[in-house]
Amino acid sequence: MLDLRITDSSLRDGSHAKRHRFTVDEVTAIVRALDDAGVPVIEVTHGDGLGGSTFTYGLSRTPEQELITAAVRTATRAKIAFLMLPGVGVLDDIRAAAGNGAGVCRIATHCTEADIAVQHFGIARDLGLETVGFLMMAHSRPPEALAKQARIMADAGCQCVYVVDSAGALVMDQVGDRVAALVAELGDDAQVGFHGHENLGLGVANSILAYRAGAKQIDGSTRRFGAGAGNTPVEAFVGVCDKLGIRTGVDFFKIVDAAEDVVRPAMPGECKLDRMALIMGYAGVYSSFLTHAYALAERYGVSGAEILVRAGERRLVGGQEDQLITIARELAAR
Amino acid sequence: MTVTAAIVGSGNIGTDLLYKLLRSPVIEPRWMAGIDPESPGLRLAASHGLVTGTGGVDWLLSQEPRPDLVFEATSAAVHRAGAPRYAEAGIRAIDLTPAAVGPAVVPEVNLGEHRDAVNVNLITCGGQATIPIVHAVSRVTPVSYAEIVASVASRSAGPGTRANIDEFTRTTSRGLETIGGAARGKAIIVLNPAEPPLVMRDTVFCAVSPDADQAAVTKSIVDRVSEISAYVPGYRLLDEPQYDPVGDRLRVGIFVEIEGAGDYLPKYAGNLDIMTAAATRVGEELAGSPDH
Repeated sequence: MLDLRITDSSLRDGSHAKRHRFTVDEVTAIVRALDDAGVPVIEVTHGDGLGGSTFTYGLSRTPEQELITAAVRTATRAKIAFLMLPGVGVLDDIRAAAGNGAGVCRIATHCTEADIAVQHFGIARDLGLETVGFLMMAHSRPPEALAKQARIMADAGCQCVYVVDSAGALVMDQVGDRVAALVAELGDDAQVGFHGHENLGLGVANSILAYRAGAKQIDGSTRRFGAGAGNTPVEAFVGVCDKLGIRTGVDFFKIVDAAEDVVRPAMPGECKLDRMALIMGYAGVYSSFLTHAYALAERYGVSGAEILVRAGERRLVGGQEDQLITIARELAAR
Repeated sequence: MTVTAAIVGSGNIGTDLLYKLLRSPVIEPRWMAGIDPESPGLRLAASHGLVTGTGGVDWLLSQEPRPDLVFEATSAAVHRAGAPRYAEAGIRAIDLTPAAVGPAVVPEVNLGEHRDAVNVNLITCGGQATIPIVHAVSRVTPVSYAEIVASVASRSAGPGTRANIDEFTRTTSRGLETIGGAARGKAIIVLNPAEPPLVMRDTVFCAVSPDADQAAVTKSIVDRVSEISAYVPGYRLLDEPQYDPVGDRLRVGIFVEIEGAGDYLPKYAGNLDIMTAAATRVGEELAGSPDH
């Protein structure tokens, strides 16, 4: 009996940090190590979800369905999950992932737009997939407003709605309050989850507060391998849960070894809590914008930090990476 | 030569279209069909002297004389049911829903090929905003892949769009290929809830050969933008096209903004404005074709 279920997102959120360059060998090695450590769910997709391999978000080195297939083939106990954003991917992508053996369908929308995912939850359930809903940029709306959006997802067939701190901007009780509002709204109709980022260094602490507020599913990425300063480090979270007597089913020593020996070698660099990441957490900017801001800063000779600040001022949401180009051009023209 | 027209659907799109048709020198809007007689759209239509009714297709076909053109601004299901009956009655239909009963048209690109069609479809707002741009590139140099991102204010995305966002992406993607001329197309739509609402923005990326003539491509795009802005005044290029090598291809980046005319809908709803403006343009073209 577990107290919460961990989903490792290093092969999906980490795709941002990796600039979508995963190989089948890397995915196979990481899935084997995480599966052996007892991680119950492993997410594998382009960072922006199914169909995300584009000029706008970055082209995948390996087609994601091949990576999903490799992950399914490798896992002995873990379920393989995938992410999709309505408007980016299409329903046929979900059908393909289900056909390749993935078991958990995670559908993400901006936290005010849950109704665009209704069709997708229905199809996913018809395909026999377990469903998870992502309310992204959850810092931007108060708890009651998020709970109403969670209700839309649950009524559409979503079995667990996540408070998704895409910008790593939520601080302590702000997480607890949001999770509690969703738990109160959903009751037994659906579980609640939390997906954190490290942009203010709070991934583990925020996840513990989410658990205490009633969350049953928690995301992390081994070695923080994710967008921005990365996600809640799974190995640290497991260690903290052990200390607090929260049962995760993940073996601490095995996941620590996996982080060091298997995940780290696949990373282009550590996910750091540096200036750019801190600005994202502080200004509430979508974490995936980081690598794009770096590339545009170099292309146009402007400040990456300023690109991020303006993205925050314009209240850009996930998926609007294309608009960072315009911001960089404006900065260059000053 | 003047033709008469009916607007079916008295919601946001139908009502905005009414304003545009009232300004048209060649189309005379004479009927509007809706569901609720007290809806602002039907009341506005009546105040401008249109005959209004709530009996749908049956009511419209019982009118004497019958309209020359029908503008369908309801839903795909309603239009699929009504389309054969309009065709049978000899009424040409301009379809603003995703029903796709007739050929997809974009003014300035392929309308000439379909001037005799009894039913034409306007694809999607993102399609109307971006397909002509892809075509402007592909008429100069082959486009192996075209990708567009349509950013729309949440408040201007109605329940139909929200329930069928998959349809939007698939239909627009197909239009990038069949009308835009790209070998492969990919469409993305993003809804942004910011207040005050953001004006509609579209980004178009085209993959071309590294030795493509950049000056000719840029000129073709600039020319096309001025053609579109002749019927959508708020359509403008935000920046000069950007050329970036990606792998062994050259990526052309084109950035446009569409501010609505602010007829019935607020100016940020450029996505709806470009549909009603394109519908008017198509109607005027059909009005001048040999059928009439």
